[in-house]
Amino acid sequence: MRRMGKAILMKTVNAIITIFAVITFNFFLFRVMPGDPARVLLPKQVRASPELIEKLRRFYGLDKPLHVQFMNYVVQVFQGKLGYSFAYHEPVARVIMDYIWNTILLVGVGEGIAIILGIILGAVAAWRRGEPFDLTVTALNLIFWSMPEFWLGMVFILVFGRYLKILPISGIVDPWLFHENVFSYVADVLRHLILPSTTLALIMLASYYMIMRNTLIDVTTEDYIRTAKAKGFSEKEILWKHAVPNALLPTVTTVAIGLASVISGALTIEIVFSWPGMGWLTYQAIVRRDYPLLQAIFLITSALVIIANLFADIIYTYLDPRVKI
Amino acid sequence: MGMRWHLYKKRLKSTWNVYKRNKKGMVGLTITLIFIFIAIFGPYITPYDPKKIDKTAMWEPPSFKHWLGTDNLGRDILSQLLYGTRISLLVGLFATLISMALGTLIGLLAGYYAESLLGELLERVIDFFLVIPYLPLMIVFATVMREMEIKLPLFWIVIIAIGITGWSGTARVVRSQTLSVKERQFIERARSIGAGDFDIVFRHILPNILPLVFAEAVLTIGGSIIAEAALSFIGLGDPTHISWGMMLNYAFTYAAPLRGAYWFFIPPGLAILILVLGMTLTGYALDEVLNPRLRER
Repeated sequence: MRRMGKAILMKTVNAIITIFAVITFNFFLFRVMPGDPARVLLPKQVRASPELIEKLRRFYGLDKPLHVQFMNYVVQVFQGKLGYSFAYHEPVARVIMDYIWNTILLVGVGEGIAIILGIILGAVAAWRRGEPFDLTVTALNLIFWSMPEFWLGMVFILVFGRYLKILPISGIVDPWLFHENVFSYVADVLRHLILPSTTLALIMLASYYMIMRNTLIDVTTEDYIRTAKAKGFSEKEILWKHAVPNALLPTVTTVAIGLASVISGALTIEIVFSWPGMGWLTYQAIVRRDYPLLQAIFLITSALVIIANLFADIIYTYLDPRVKI
Repeated sequence: MGMRWHLYKKRLKSTWNVYKRNKKGMVGLTITLIFIFIAIFGPYITPYDPKKIDKTAMWEPPSFKHWLGTDNLGRDILSQLLYGTRISLLVGLFATLISMALGTLIGLLAGYYAESLLGELLERVIDFFLVIPYLPLMIVFATVMREMEIKLPLFWIVIIAIGITGWSGTARVVRSQTLSVKERQFIERARSIGAGDFDIVFRHILPNILPLVFAEAVLTIGGSIIAEAALSFIGLGDPTHISWGMMLNYAFTYAAPLRGAYWFFIPPGLAILILVLGMTLTGYALDEVLNPRLRER
């Protein structure tokens, strides 16, 4: 038990170091930009007078030496001061707060579907290795894995928005609908969630499916499975009670590694479906050249992924019996 | 030199003999070769100039005149698709070259100096790039390069942004492979006859890792092509060159899915899908052939 506590502590320290690395990276990367960082803090269309630029430089402390600027930046980040968005005329932190939960909702639901489906399909495919079910599902997964996720989203818009006209294809709620109670509001959000989360789940499915399938194939050749067979357990019992729990472990690790790509996948999917999350916000920041906003989005998403990764790591430590002893 | 070349040729031939028997690998290789053929000769057989605007033929569905219809400005989709093959493949290829160079070098050094501070530091850098979401990182790189004082052509900005983001996976594989190769006896022997670090890393370890890097490269080209599509889709692409990603960008910007203009966006997406699928099959087959440990399964 003590060893487990130590392992978790080490991982937490590691995560904190990585977040510090992101902050440093973020600071210096955006300082590489055009000669005068003060210029970047202004909208592109504005022809700023030298006095205004000088004022801004002083306001943001850009007249101080680099290491002082860096120290100030770190302190400000931890105070939640992430800069001012000139596209939204609000502090960046407040803008992000409005959007981040929508991304967490989309990613959570999409990931959830992908993981559960991946585990079930992978288990069945491994058990029926080489049979039509395995071949078909593996081929389908490979196909979904090979397409750009936003393209799949566009195909869904064509099919469900243009041809069938049965599902909403844009936004998170219907702006023309009056919600008399919470339930109708939630129902509306869920209806809007169907297409983006399905798109994300289908693209992400392949990695969980492949890991589950391949690990299970390895597991089924191990001795204790043969023992279980000899004891006369049914095939179903062996699969779900003996083989699957042991194959789950590597799949959890994949969930952690996969998080970075889920965030990337969700980014373009949000743009396609105008889902008001961090990806959609990124798009706005690029189009409007709102660099303080872009910088903060990058920082927050990276930190989120690192923290989520840490949680997956801790869960893994709990699940792995070898660490517990 | 002649002796060594002869050996390489022999090894290549035996590798090909094993590869030939891999059915999925052959399907993948055929698809890839067809696309390379289109990339080389496509622009010479395009029925129209892919950039030629024709206001009398906007949003036309497929017909005998325009096999895949026209876009919002009356430009021929088939011509854009053929021309885009070259651009998308070139971007994928160049970005992969950058990724492979970085990934191999950093992986080699991280593995060879694993016990020292340098190795520890490089391992951290690799982990850092593995854990950070790659698309936001690519977006940040591309934006920063667009704003730099040295004006790089947009075409190269896209390539560099993808290349310097996509090396970490390769570095991890190369690092772990280096760790195992450097323990082998021939390294010890080379050292005992006075070979320096540079010699050992680049003349003795690197040749043993190259087959692995080659398989990684084929898989990375596919990923880079999808990355190019995503960057162009977001609006950070190069509008002066028509790539598959740029076609998807136009299609989405002008609401092709909602207008029911399936011919505008289905072809480029399908092209990406088929090419990436082909390269993935080729890459996995190469991995199986070149990594005997996997072949036994």
